[in-house]
Amino acid sequence: MKIKKFLYSQKVAPYVFVLPFILSFLLFWIYPLCSTVVMSFQDIGPAMTEWVGFKNYQKLLKDTTFHTAIINSFQYMVLTLVLLIPFPMLYAVLIDSRLVKAKGFWKACLYVPALTSVVISGTLFRLMFSEYQTGQLNVITSALGLGTFKWLKVKATGLFALVLVCCWRWTGVNMLYFISGLKSIDTALYESADIDGASATQKLRYITIPLLKPTIIYVLTISIYAGLSMFMESYMLWAGPDSPNNIGLTIVGYLYKRGITKNDLGYGSAIGLVLLAIALVINIVQLILNGTFKKEER
Amino acid sequence: MKKKLLSTVLSVAMLATALAGCGSSDAATTDSAASGDAAADTAAEAPADTAADAPADAQADAVTTVGDANGTHMECWSFVEAHNTFYAQMVEKWNAANPDRTIEITFTTYPYSDMHTKLLTSLTAGTGAPDICDVEMGQVPNVYEGLDTWLYPLTDAMAPYAGDMLTSRLDAYKGADGKQYGAPFHVGATVMYWNMAVLEEAGITQADVDAVVTWDDYNALGEKYLDAIGRPEGKYFTSVDTAGVDWMWIAMAEYGEDWTGGHNGTANVELDSVKKMLTMQQGWINSGFAQTSPDGHVDLEAGFQNILDHNIVSFPKAMWFMSRFTNYMPEEKGNWYITKCPVFEEGQTCSVGIGGTGTVVTQQSVDKELAADFLCYAKMSAEGETTIWNDLGFDVCNTALWSDDAFAHDDSNQYNTFFRNYPYDVLNEIKDDIGTILTVKISPTINEQFCNVTLNDILENGVDVETALQTAQGVIALEQ
Repeated sequence: MKIKKFLYSQKVAPYVFVLPFILSFLLFWIYPLCSTVVMSFQDIGPAMTEWVGFKNYQKLLKDTTFHTAIINSFQYMVLTLVLLIPFPMLYAVLIDSRLVKAKGFWKACLYVPALTSVVISGTLFRLMFSEYQTGQLNVITSALGLGTFKWLKVKATGLFALVLVCCWRWTGVNMLYFISGLKSIDTALYESADIDGASATQKLRYITIPLLKPTIIYVLTISIYAGLSMFMESYMLWAGPDSPNNIGLTIVGYLYKRGITKNDLGYGSAIGLVLLAIALVINIVQLILNGTFKKEER
Repeated sequence: MKKKLLSTVLSVAMLATALAGCGSSDAATTDSAASGDAAADTAAEAPADTAADAPADAQADAVTTVGDANGTHMECWSFVEAHNTFYAQMVEKWNAANPDRTIEITFTTYPYSDMHTKLLTSLTAGTGAPDICDVEMGQVPNVYEGLDTWLYPLTDAMAPYAGDMLTSRLDAYKGADGKQYGAPFHVGATVMYWNMAVLEEAGITQADVDAVVTWDDYNALGEKYLDAIGRPEGKYFTSVDTAGVDWMWIAMAEYGEDWTGGHNGTANVELDSVKKMLTMQQGWINSGFAQTSPDGHVDLEAGFQNILDHNIVSFPKAMWFMSRFTNYMPEEKGNWYITKCPVFEEGQTCSVGIGGTGTVVTQQSVDKELAADFLCYAKMSAEGETTIWNDLGFDVCNTALWSDDAFAHDDSNQYNTFFRNYPYDVLNEIKDDIGTILTVKISPTINEQFCNVTLNDILENGVDVETALQTAQGVIALEQ
C-alpha cells in the first residue's frame, strides 16, 4: 500500500517525471563540465596525470595558432549573424505574405539542406571549390573570363566558401523559426493598421519586427554559439582540421586537434573552457542589451 | 492496478528514450567526425593525413572470428579492413604450422580515429584493449608513449626474422627506451615515378632518365623536356607539396639529418637540407619548372587527375603509391617508370621510409608471448611477406625476398606488370640507401606547422625561406 501511496502522491509525481531529464543532465552535462574544469588544470599523460595549475592557460596566451582560431571563429560568427538573421527573416515575411505562390515548395527548398549530412555536403562543396581547373566554381569563373582561383588556399575565398556552406545549410532553419514567430502575431493588428492607412513598410517596421523580437533574440543567441563552435563545416571542407595557413581553423577544430588528435586532453579542456567563457560573455552582454533580464512589462 | 502498470511502463519507456536519445546522437557525431580521417587512411599508408580518398571505408564496423575454436582466443583491431583480412589468412597458416599453439582471433575494423581513440582510452584505463592492434604512423607517438607499461616488446619474437628485416625500418617503430614495439607492413621507400610515355614524345629516352643522379641533373632534364614541348601553360615537370613533408624527408635523409632531434633531443627545423630543398623548390615555382600540387599533395583526387592529365611527368613518392596507380589510374598502365630519387651530392642516401603501420601487442593480452610470435610470423616471415606484396601491394621489409626471382619477378602480381620495370629491381639498387626520419612526440607539431603554414608561405606566398623557417622554429619550440 505504501508503494501505491507513493506513486499517487501529488508531491512526488512531478519529480518522477523530471527524473529522467535530471539524471541525463547530471550525467551527460554537469559531470563532464566539472571534469573539464578539473582537467584543464592537469597535464594528462599516458601513465600519470599531473596537476599543473594555470600552465595550460598560460600556454594559450602565447599560442598564436589558438589566436588565429579565435579570430577565424569570430569573423565567421559575425558574418553568419549578418547574413543569417536578416535574410531568413525576409524570406519568412515573403513566404508568409500573399505575394508568394507555392509556399510549401519554397519552404521545402530552403529547408532540405538542413536535412542533408554535413559529411556529404561538405565533401561535395570541397570538390566544387577545388583549385583544379575542373572544379565546379573554377569552370564557372573561367567561363566568365575571370580565370581560376585557389579557393581553399586563400583566406578571403576560404571564408567565403565556409559562409556559403553555412548559409546554404541554415537559412531554411532560421526561416522556420521566423515563420513560427510570424504566425503568433495577431492578424487584427495588421487589419487595424490597414484601417489607419499604414504602408507595407510601416507595418513591417512597427508591427512585425517589434513583435518578432523574442524570436530574433532566440535566433541571435543560438547563432552566436553556433558560429563560435562551428567545426563540422570546416572539417569537411578541408578534409580534416588542417588548412593552409590555418584559414579554416576554428576554436573547436583546434580543440579537436589538441585534445583528440594529439591526445592532450588537459590543453583541449582549457581551450573548451575559453570557448565557453567567450560565448557566455557575448551572449550575456547581448541579452542584457536586449533587455531580456528586465522584468516583463505588462 | 492497470493504471499503475501503465504508469510504470510509461516511466520506463521515457527513461529508455531519454537515454537512447543521448546514445544515438553521440554516435552520430563521432561517426561523422571520424569519417574524414578514416577515409584518409583507408587507402592507407598516407603520412600526411589530409588525404581523402576511398570514402567507401568509413563504414560501420566489420567483425569476424577466424581460427581454431579450441585455441587461445585473442582480439585484434585495425582501421583498414584489408589488414584484418590479411591477418585472418595468416591465422590459418599459423594454426596449420603450429598445431600445439593454435589461436582464434576476433578481428574488428573501426574507423581510423575511433580505433586510435578507443585504443588510447583502454590502454590508459588498463582494461579493454585488444591483444593485437594496428597503429598508424601518425598515431605512433601517442601510443608508444606508454612504452612497456602499455605495450609488449617484440624483440624476442622477431629474433628468427630480424636478420632479414631492413633495420632502418624497424627503428621507426622503436620506443624512446630503444625497445621494438611495432611490427611494420612496408618500407615505404621513396622512389621517383616518371611518365616515360610522355617523356618519349618529347624525345627523352629511358637512358636519359637513368642518367639522372643529382638534383642538378634532374633540373637539366626538366628544362630539356619543357623546351621540347614549348612550355605551354599548365604543363610542368613536377609538382611540389604544400600539405605534405615527403620532399623535406627526402632532403633530410640525403644529408643524414633529422629535424625531430630523436627521442630525447630538441627539434630543429632550420636544417641545411631543408633550406636547400625549399630554396630549390621556390626557384622551380618562380621559373615555371614546377607547380604546387593541386589541393596540397599528389595523394588526393586532384593529384590523381593532375597525373592523368599529364600536367606533371615526374614526382618522388613512396613505393606504396603504386597501389594508387592500380586503383585510381589504371589507364596509365605501361606508361610509368620507377627509378631511385636524385640526390644533392653524389654518394648520398637517396631514399627514406615514409608512412606505415606499426602493429603492437598490448600488455593486456591473454598470452603476450603467443600474440607476439604470431604477429612477427604474420608480418615478417617469408609466407607473410609474400601475402603482403600480392594482396596489399606494399614494398615488404624482408630484404631476403627482394632478390628472390619467384617473388620479385612474379608476373601474376599486378604491380610487377603495371610499370615498365620491376619495382623490386629499384629497391635492390637502393637497399643500403634507405634512411629513417623518426616519428616522435614532437613530429605531429612539426608536420602541422609545415603543412599548414610554412610550406604554403614559401611555395604559395613567396615568403623568404629563412624567415619562414625561423617562424616555424618559434612555434615548434613552444611545444617542446
